[in-house]
Amino acid sequence: MDVLNVEYMVGLIPILLGYLPLTLQLAGTGMVLALILACLFAVVRVLRIPVLNQLTIVFISFFRGTPLLVQLFLFYYGLPQLVSALTVIDGITATIMGLTMHFSAYMAESIRAAIVGVDRSQTEAALSIGMTNGQMMRRIVLPQATRVALPTLMNYFIDMIKATSLAFTLGVTELMGATQKEAAGSFLYFEAFIVAAVIYWIVVEMLSKLQHYLEIRLNKAYSR
Amino acid sequence: MIKLESLSKHFGKTVVLDGIDLTIEKGEIVVIIGPSGTGKSTLLRCLNFLEQPTAGTMTVGDLTVDVNRASRAEILSMRRRTAFVFQNYALFANKTALQNIAERLLVVDKWPKEKAYKRAREILQQIGLADKADAYPAAMSGGQQQRVGIGRAMATGAEVILFDEPTSSLDPEWVEEVLGLMKQLAAERQTMMVVTHEMSFARDVADRVIFIDGGRIVEQGPPSEIFYNPKDPRTKDFLKKILATNPV
Repeated sequence: MDVLNVEYMVGLIPILLGYLPLTLQLAGTGMVLALILACLFAVVRVLRIPVLNQLTIVFISFFRGTPLLVQLFLFYYGLPQLVSALTVIDGITATIMGLTMHFSAYMAESIRAAIVGVDRSQTEAALSIGMTNGQMMRRIVLPQATRVALPTLMNYFIDMIKATSLAFTLGVTELMGATQKEAAGSFLYFEAFIVAAVIYWIVVEMLSKLQHYLEIRLNKAYSR
Repeated sequence: MIKLESLSKHFGKTVVLDGIDLTIEKGEIVVIIGPSGTGKSTLLRCLNFLEQPTAGTMTVGDLTVDVNRASRAEILSMRRRTAFVFQNYALFANKTALQNIAERLLVVDKWPKEKAYKRAREILQQIGLADKADAYPAAMSGGQQQRVGIGRAMATGAEVILFDEPTSSLDPEWVEEVLGLMKQLAAERQTMMVVTHEMSFARDVADRVIFIDGGRIVEQGPPSEIFYNPKDPRTKDFLKKILATNPV
């Protein structure tokens, strides 16, 4: 067995780190869009808005029930075949679309559960002092729902960062794609992928630390 | 002044309030008693529009609404003229005692922060919890939480404060401090409608006691009359039972 080529690995670190921003950009954009979409879905579900509620249920069912990779291929290879104007969708856009819809389906359910979980008597109290529904949601319900939903949402974000690696199947050279290219050139597969794995790992660990800190801050009001 | 005319509330086929007519003067302390499930709480909740009444008209101050035709703005306006104290306190768990009280002034009345918090601190002083300004509900006893609940209602400056069994969820050791605060408000002639099983409070503090059964007002009058000389057999029966377990 050959010894690990440590020198190659050290040299690879800065090269691969150069592709980390694109990975984070895919995950960050996907997360922001997915959160917005998920909040809209959750409100539609909680208020049971006719028609939209049924559409949302089907949407969530589809995007939770099918693999992300299948969804990415549908957006990237499938849609342009149906509508030729959609050939403008590049790999990055298709990845962000896929991540957004896939993860918004999961997050909508967590957000909905968190909203429903806020003690009903508090919403009555908010109305009793003359707040509008909007004021009640903004000042009483959503802050408490955020606290409940935060750990789950952070887990989805972590999942999403790792899921960006699928973008390489659409020809996007992000962290995973770059590693694949480097490894194919040097034939040092183990070295290349272990460096990539450690980079993902460190990013996720940093996020876990952030999550821990946020949870302590948000829980301040609820401890004796 | 509060005036209810043939106010009724149906849940499906069940008639919970069956044409209530009632006038309450400014500064009057009214205690509502009666068996469980006879619409006492529902009556208070209708006044605050936490329940949508089925029919009738309600007047609070200079606002009169036909409950069937009440617009969204009228409902909001009616809510802002009445304040509610809940059986289970229902404090906002994400806000401190001070913020719970100031919330109405900040959000609904749009007072500047400084003015709202100054007023909220005055109220904390009145309810004897000046030292708990920055405490969250989870860190307060039941009695303290309910006093903040009353403070939150006081901050609204509403025409009437509606108390829905304010001491029923409390451990016995906290009941007195809450009743004490309510007596203090009564002494200041704050208009109050109180649903309670605390008969000694009704006897000592109320200007008028109303006995409700089957969604109707069966009998009403000063406590001396209701407690010592009830006319209707249902009132007599109820008082006999309740005074056996809660002696005055």
